[in-house]
Amino acid sequence: MNATPPDKQAALDSAVADALALIDQATDAQAIRAAVNAATGKKGPLAAVKAGLGKVPDLDARKALGQAVNEAIARVEQAAHGRESVVKRAAFAGSIEADREDMSELALRTSARRGRMHLVTQATERLEDVFVGLGFRIAEGPEVETDFHNFEALNMPPSHPARSMWDTLFVDQDPQGSVVLRTHTSPVQIRVMQEWPPPIYAVMPGRVFRKETPDATHMPVFHQIEGLVVDRNITFADLAGTIESFTKAFFGESFTSRLRPSYFPFTEPSAEFDIRRPDGSWIELGGCGMVHPRVLAAAGLDPEEWSGFAFGFGIDRMAKERHGVEDIREMYSNDVRFTEQFS
Amino acid sequence: MKVLLSVLRELADLPADPEVLATALNALGLAVDSTGTVGVPVEGVVTARIVRTEKHPDADKVTRCWVDAGDGTERHVWCGATNMGPGDVVPLATLGTRMPDGREISRRGILGIDSEGMLCSPVELGISDEASGLLILPSDTPLGRDPFEVLGIHHDTVFDLDLTRNRPDCWGHLGVARDLAAHFGAALHGPRLDASAEGAPRGIPVTITAGDRCGMFSAGVISGVTVGPSPSWVASRLAHLGMRSINNVVDASNLVMLELNQPNHAYDHATVGGFDVRLARDGEILRTLDGVDRSLTADDLLICDLASGRAVGLAGIMGGLDSEVTASTSELSLEMAWFAPDPVRHSVNHHNLRSEASVRFERGVDPGGVHLAMRRFVTILRETCPGAVLHAGMTVAETASRPQEVTVHVRSSRVGRSLGIEPDGARIASLIGPIGFGVRPVEGGAEVTVPTFRPDCTEEIDIIEEIARHHGYDALGKSVPKSAVHGRLSGMQQRRRVLRRVLVGLGLDEVMPMPFLAPGDLSGIGLAEDDVLSIANPLVAEESVLRTSLRPGLLGAVRYNQSHRAPRIGLWETGHVYPRGAGALPDETEQLGVVVAGGDASTALAQWAALCDALGVGAQIDQSRVPPGLHPTRSASLTRGKKIVGVVGEVDPVVLDSLGIEGRVSILEVDLTVVLNEEPRPVQARDLNRFPSSDIDMAFAVPDSVPAQNLQRALRQAAGKRLVSIELFDVYRGKGVDVGSRSLAFRLRLQEAGGTLTDAAIAEVQEACRVAAQKSGATLRS
Repeated sequence: MNATPPDKQAALDSAVADALALIDQATDAQAIRAAVNAATGKKGPLAAVKAGLGKVPDLDARKALGQAVNEAIARVEQAAHGRESVVKRAAFAGSIEADREDMSELALRTSARRGRMHLVTQATERLEDVFVGLGFRIAEGPEVETDFHNFEALNMPPSHPARSMWDTLFVDQDPQGSVVLRTHTSPVQIRVMQEWPPPIYAVMPGRVFRKETPDATHMPVFHQIEGLVVDRNITFADLAGTIESFTKAFFGESFTSRLRPSYFPFTEPSAEFDIRRPDGSWIELGGCGMVHPRVLAAAGLDPEEWSGFAFGFGIDRMAKERHGVEDIREMYSNDVRFTEQFS
Repeated sequence: MKVLLSVLRELADLPADPEVLATALNALGLAVDSTGTVGVPVEGVVTARIVRTEKHPDADKVTRCWVDAGDGTERHVWCGATNMGPGDVVPLATLGTRMPDGREISRRGILGIDSEGMLCSPVELGISDEASGLLILPSDTPLGRDPFEVLGIHHDTVFDLDLTRNRPDCWGHLGVARDLAAHFGAALHGPRLDASAEGAPRGIPVTITAGDRCGMFSAGVISGVTVGPSPSWVASRLAHLGMRSINNVVDASNLVMLELNQPNHAYDHATVGGFDVRLARDGEILRTLDGVDRSLTADDLLICDLASGRAVGLAGIMGGLDSEVTASTSELSLEMAWFAPDPVRHSVNHHNLRSEASVRFERGVDPGGVHLAMRRFVTILRETCPGAVLHAGMTVAETASRPQEVTVHVRSSRVGRSLGIEPDGARIASLIGPIGFGVRPVEGGAEVTVPTFRPDCTEEIDIIEEIARHHGYDALGKSVPKSAVHGRLSGMQQRRRVLRRVLVGLGLDEVMPMPFLAPGDLSGIGLAEDDVLSIANPLVAEESVLRTSLRPGLLGAVRYNQSHRAPRIGLWETGHVYPRGAGALPDETEQLGVVVAGGDASTALAQWAALCDALGVGAQIDQSRVPPGLHPTRSASLTRGKKIVGVVGEVDPVVLDSLGIEGRVSILEVDLTVVLNEEPRPVQARDLNRFPSSDIDMAFAVPDSVPAQNLQRALRQAAGKRLVSIELFDVYRGKGVDVGSRSLAFRLRLQEAGGTLTDAAIAEVQEACRVAAQKSGATLRS
């Protein structure tokens, strides 16, 4: 191991010390560069040591001295970089201070308010997403409907007593009173069965209308979502299982469902379905049942070949309960003070 | 429909626990709305006689009563009722009594005088809904006794059932008991009948003129009747079921209806000795039991006295006042019939007259149940009239419209396809035999005979529902269909979601105004009203027109919020409009409307630009066609060729002024049936041109009459293939530019496809642009 001869090392150290002193005193980038050049330039002391390298006979000694020179240059460059950043920062110090902002004040004055979707739209999208995940598509239909689609094809011929289950608003498009504001989303079932070849797995959200005076729980205009499955070998158990899957996907794994016998003209057997909360209480959610053979036939499907089920419930109530809205009229007030609460 | 636990348990061997029964009722589809305990004696309430009364000089709404409760102490009690007088026996709640509603009777004074208790009405004691006055007890009632015991009011449970349309049989206790008995596998006894109650044969002549409306009319003679009060258990049951006790005859009639779903009417045999069932004549008048003169039409069905032809009842709805049973009645003509349901419903609606009987006839009663009901009537009556007998030879007149038993073939395989279980004939018999269906097992299924009390069951699927109910819905299991369909949103639905997110990203709130308008709402804001549709039966006139534009609702929301000190708001709605259509239905389309109070035309254009960018759509901005109701000089139509797909700009200030809206309001309306249904093809990547580009700026003096869009189009064409982009970066009016013109400065970025752009090429483009601009009426500024 060959060390650098002491005299050469001393010359290097002294040159570096001189350079560092100059760099330290420099107040701008130019002076720093000048100091570096003075030490490492062609006429500088380090160059002089370097020039003597060729006269060192021993290869190892020559190598050692070369390395010492390079280290000295590196120390100077490093010091120069450090000083340069200090000098640069100092140059900006004035303008940066002039730029000072009270960030809290800015925060108070800044607004990047996103708009709000209506609570019903939010609920509808959540429901759609859950049903898409369960393998359903989304169908839509007109809000002003024919008597055929709203009643007759749903196994309610003219003057059927069950028509009184809905308080219907009639539209004067037709003097015979055969055009109505749809009282439920069920007419979309008929349209889907007429237009889509089975198998059908569809949900139908939308606006519905009843002749009802508004109060805390009723509006003449509100929203429902309806589901329809038509396939081969669909049974009542498939209905119960689908309701259960929806319950868990939408409300949570710890919720369960049950079906109770009921009556609707367009399904048979018919049922009400209830959701059981984890605390044991029940939510009466909606109606469902096996699509009535007459409904399948009215939509042009052979009830001996196809079977299916349908279910439906209110969307507004989902939004109302999720956000603790006491009065449904609030949701339709279009008051931005109400809307603003919900992101 | 209310049913009493005590009556159900008389009819069948059912469990005593109300909760067990309520669970079973729900599982059977007889939904229990509420379960209530009735007739629980209130400790501290005793019978007391009013000795004398006194009006307070300063409080004429209350009476001071001195009462004797049989214990030798005279008490004075304030009372707000008016139906009592000295000598009446009434219930007295003594001091310290805890009433059923929870309040405690205290020595609460009025005008400085204490009250030593409270006199009670039936509703206060939980005996009935009657709240109009004090409960007045028989005058010979012993004093100081429990009034519940005196009245024979029994502790009972009442279930309030929310019955569905398909269960007419459950409008009587017997129908409910039958379902429950089958559910629990218990014996169904039916009502208690007095075995020794038949008199010598006495028929009643009956003619049915309107046979299609009356399928069966039966009438029996009952003699040995003395009209008087009912036994306490009858009055108690009626009270619990929401009816008032009238007398033993009327009460027996009502109780038979409530127990057996067989509405009936008892006439004084001396007044009505025979019946004719016929249609009314137009204009014929009948005074019904409620004292109202009804003007009838030829659609109303009447029950008439055969001898005189006089109407004695509106069939299936209400009896006549003149033929009522009176204190002197000793013989009854008891009528039970089957009337066609739909016409009864029409008469009910026409006269707006509903009754306990009509509710049942509308749904369908059992034409086969009259013998049982007649015997039950006499059984009840004999409790107060031991000599009463139903005479043999009761008349039962029938017509072709009487419902007959139907037989339905049920295939096990069809049951399986619907329910997932395949019961054989024997299993079907075990499920629905107990609810009265006759089941004859056959190969592959069963022949099922439907009893006449179940008119709702007419076809195979109806029987399948009964099988499901009595098998139990829960026991049918849960599975998930094996679907080959993949769930997804359609392209249009996905684009609608993009649209919503762009709008909320722009800080705009969604609103949902009512789609109903008042007549004049549209014309009031400058929109046509000749294509509107009206609601034939609106709730209120202000909501009788279907909207053809979202604008009235949005501007209404702006005005509402401005009036609540929210001046700068941005609102949007996507919703349907319903202009009159040429076909069967309106020309219904989905529209978008966006308004910003405090926004201007550039606000609306920026929103449109954001939507175009997000959805990959576009349209021409055509200011030559000012949309109705919008600012005449600050709005434009969005067009695709000749088709208008929307409007953009500001609302007409005259319209805003008339609505009382302050400031400008920007507006954007887009026909979503156009822009959401388009699915732009995926953009194909191009090679990046890596040759250097050059920007040139050109400013033109352009008359105000020339739209900037025209000039830009001309420049774009002139610059040709070398043009990469063109941007209007400055607009200037003032010194150096003529009045009536403005300076439009464009920045064009140029690039050569196959090499470096030469100065000569740039000069060529500049010259072409200058010439093109000149043709458009614009002058290059140096």
